[in-house]
Amino acid sequence: MTDTFDKGNAAFIAKRYSSERRFRAYGAAALAISVLFLVYLIADIGIRAWPSFFEHRAVLEVNLDASKIPAGNVQTGDFEGVVRTAFRGGFPGITARSDLKSLTSLLSAGAADDLRQQTVANPASIGTTVKAGVLLADDADLYLKGMLTDTVKTPGKTNLQLAQSGDEFILTGDLSQLAAGQIVRANGGALRIASIEAGLARAEAVMPPVTLNTLAPGTWDILSFSHAEADRRIDDRQVVWLESLRDKGAIEKHFAWRFFTNGDSREPELAGLRGAIAGSLLTLIVTLSLSVPLGIAAAVYLEEFAPKNKWTEIIEVNINNLAAVPSIIFGLLGLAVFINFMGLPRSAPLVGGLVLALLVLPTIIIASRAAMKAVPPSIKEAALGVGASHQQAVFHHVLPLAVPGILTGTILGVARALGETAPLLMIGMVAFIVDVPKGFTEAATVLPVQIFLWSDLPEVAFQSRTAAAIIVLLGILFCLNAVAIYMRKRFERRW
Amino acid sequence: MDASPQKSTLSNSPRILAARDTKIVASDVNVYYGEKHAIKHLSIDIPDRAVSAFIGPSGCGKSTFLRSINRMNDTIDGCRVTGDILVDGKNIYDRDLDVVQLRARVGMVFQKPNPFPKSIFENVAYGPRIHGIAKSKTDLEEIVVGSLKKASLFEEVKDRLDHPGTGLSGGQQQRLCIARAIAVNPEIILMDEPCSALDPIASARIEELIDEIRQNYCIIIVTHSMQQAARVSQLTAFFHLGDLVEFGDTDDMFTTPQDKRTQDYITGRFG
Amino acid sequence: MSDHTVKSYDDDLASLKQMLAQMGGLAEEQLANAIDAVAKRDTKLADRVIAGDEKIDVLEQQIEEKAILTIAKRQPMAQDLRQIIVAIRISSDLERIGDLAKNTAKRTHAISEQMPRKLVSGLTRMGNLAQEQLKNILDAYAQNDAEKAILVWRSDEDIDALYNSIFRELLTYMMEDPRMIGPCTHLLFGTKNMERIGDHTTNIAENIYFLVHGKAITEERPKKDSTSTTNYNLTT
Repeated sequence: MTDTFDKGNAAFIAKRYSSERRFRAYGAAALAISVLFLVYLIADIGIRAWPSFFEHRAVLEVNLDASKIPAGNVQTGDFEGVVRTAFRGGFPGITARSDLKSLTSLLSAGAADDLRQQTVANPASIGTTVKAGVLLADDADLYLKGMLTDTVKTPGKTNLQLAQSGDEFILTGDLSQLAAGQIVRANGGALRIASIEAGLARAEAVMPPVTLNTLAPGTWDILSFSHAEADRRIDDRQVVWLESLRDKGAIEKHFAWRFFTNGDSREPELAGLRGAIAGSLLTLIVTLSLSVPLGIAAAVYLEEFAPKNKWTEIIEVNINNLAAVPSIIFGLLGLAVFINFMGLPRSAPLVGGLVLALLVLPTIIIASRAAMKAVPPSIKEAALGVGASHQQAVFHHVLPLAVPGILTGTILGVARALGETAPLLMIGMVAFIVDVPKGFTEAATVLPVQIFLWSDLPEVAFQSRTAAAIIVLLGILFCLNAVAIYMRKRFERRW
Repeated sequence: MDASPQKSTLSNSPRILAARDTKIVASDVNVYYGEKHAIKHLSIDIPDRAVSAFIGPSGCGKSTFLRSINRMNDTIDGCRVTGDILVDGKNIYDRDLDVVQLRARVGMVFQKPNPFPKSIFENVAYGPRIHGIAKSKTDLEEIVVGSLKKASLFEEVKDRLDHPGTGLSGGQQQRLCIARAIAVNPEIILMDEPCSALDPIASARIEELIDEIRQNYCIIIVTHSMQQAARVSQLTAFFHLGDLVEFGDTDDMFTTPQDKRTQDYITGRFG
Repeated sequence: MSDHTVKSYDDDLASLKQMLAQMGGLAEEQLANAIDAVAKRDTKLADRVIAGDEKIDVLEQQIEEKAILTIAKRQPMAQDLRQIIVAIRISSDLERIGDLAKNTAKRTHAISEQMPRKLVSGLTRMGNLAQEQLKNILDAYAQNDAEKAILVWRSDEDIDALYNSIFRELLTYMMEDPRMIGPCTHLLFGTKNMERIGDHTTNIAENIYFLVHGKAITEERPKKDSTSTTNYNLTT
């Protein structure tokens, strides 16, 4: 027996232990790498999505002119007009048509929507001046979120002399703070530094200054940008306007509830997920109400009652294969059968739900069968032994014990259905739909398709919206999984 | 080996049979699992109000035959039974016989305690409930308490009838299973190695219980423990390779078995 | 009979049987020496017999312990159980035989030199017969031979018959010469011992039959010892 401890064996044992340690290290490394990827992915999406959950509004004193807003029909009132007037009122120096247009483009196309709703709710305010936050356009919003350029404000600390020669302005004095491309705001105007030569800086007017006084320290400041005007989607004039609004405290940042309450839109700042969420919900209702009863019934029959012969074997194999069929095939099937043959409406949650039901049916059947198989046969035998019929044994004992497993399978199936895009593209749920669907046969889209649609759009703001929509989808899936785990724990019983 | 052993046992029929009514009469029973001939031309008379033990090495067909008596074999695919098994003169393999009713009359206790994952009360109440035996709630309670008492479990669990049956100890679980079987008023109780998963003390309690209730039932017990068979049964049948080798009074079987195979098996010389 | 699945069980039973054989051998030797001692009035030999009984007693105790241990460990059934039970019983019979041999040897001191050789030869004949019985029964046990055991069982008749005749002979002798009553009584007891040994061999025979067949001998036991019912009128 002492041989066990001799040298040769010791080497062998050491080798065995080191191989074990190595294997554990591989496992830990694999886990670490996966976690790293996942964290990177989620963090990346999250960081991109974060700004989309907030929006900027300009706070204006809006005169609800009774002549433009008929008290009898508030809804059709020219709120755009009054908001525009109010907004322009903040910049009295601007009169040129192109300048006005440029100024107005800072406002969202739906800037007046909130005011309209407020007024409809409170018609008494017509004819008075109210304080209203109006939504800014996507580019203005992005600028304010710092996503177009990083803007740094530096207060002027030196004395500068300002002179005009033709269209050009000349700055002399201590120019140490200045650099080309910066904007100097002074005397009610803004000057873009074009070049700095010995002792003088040439500048052009973004907004002409009102006077040509000497600039004392503290009366002027400098805006410097990380991106030059040509490299960003917002020009220097608009920047100066926005900065002046910001300085006045007329810019407010709010949580973007409309991201959840609006339907889709071509305007990024107005686009929301409500239509897609409602579409997903309707589709899932159809999917669940079809696939769960069908799936469980099929599983019970196959597992407990079907005779074991060639036919059931073929069916079993096919169910297993069906779970692995690419989802787009189901879309083609849906297109051919439900839309072309049965004439159901295109783009409707009904058809989407039907297709997804087919898609998750094999998953639910397989999960349910596995769950029932996992119930110890002794329980069934016990029931049969006291004289329960086969059906009673299954429904009183096997099925209740299989519920946690069936639930898990079902929720995983639902999660898959919720994230499925390809088959829905085939049945036309990929259309641009502004309205929130209210029925199963109305045109609708679903969350993943919405993400797919947005990701294709050129506007920069939609990139962030896409990421935000992904976060929402992930959040919903996460919740579903949490529910699955909770249900399993809740219903799980020891036997 | 090929000589049909059942004839010899029937011709020298156990003494004890003479004193009791015959409950089960099996004649020329064959059980097949697919191609496998698990029980070969078995004939046996089993008396009422006594414990009959089936012993034999693994795979000898004793459990198979036991499960033929309440037709639990029906649930196994590819299992085929020929021949007659008569319970009170009625062939249980007749087409017009209701299996569910049969199983209510022939209770079964399994190798591993298998209470339902429900409360103790529900475990016992399940059988009476599905057979509509209890007329009212108090009726049901009476049956449950009575069954638990008969299974000498009541004193231990009377304060926690709503606790899960799976929370009991192994021996208590097995007695709960016996109570569950008793609750539907069976005439025959089949026990398939009821103590094999239990410690000796729990086994002893089950044996004591079997001894207490044997006056009222026809009990058949399959066991691997010869000592147990010797202790609890009045008759013992020895199975070997699908044959019923010997069936006789337990007192004789364990002292002076007639067949050499029986002798070899019970003295631990098999193989 | 084939072997047990558990080999050490076979060893247990074999060692029991071997111990019993040893005990049988000792009993035979004691008996032979006792008869020799009486026949030759060899008091030294007699003392050796008396001392030798101790060994038989020790063996009996060992067999008993071994048997109990085997029962506890193996829970024997059927044949095996009978084997053990029979071993206990036979060992107790052999122990009694040893005692009887010792008792006979003790009487050597009391039987005087002037005792007629003829009278002592009755005891010797009885002793030889008993010895023969014992040898045969030990052989039957060693061979598990129930037939041979039955033969021994039946031939107990012969011992009983011989004992009857010796009994009468000694009785007659004592009536003729009252001085001889003392030694003759000793002889009578010695002869009775031999008869008792014969009875013990029949016990062993019955046990062997039970061991082999699992049931008792159903025949009536041959009993020809009528001395306990014989009425001798001393006045004639």
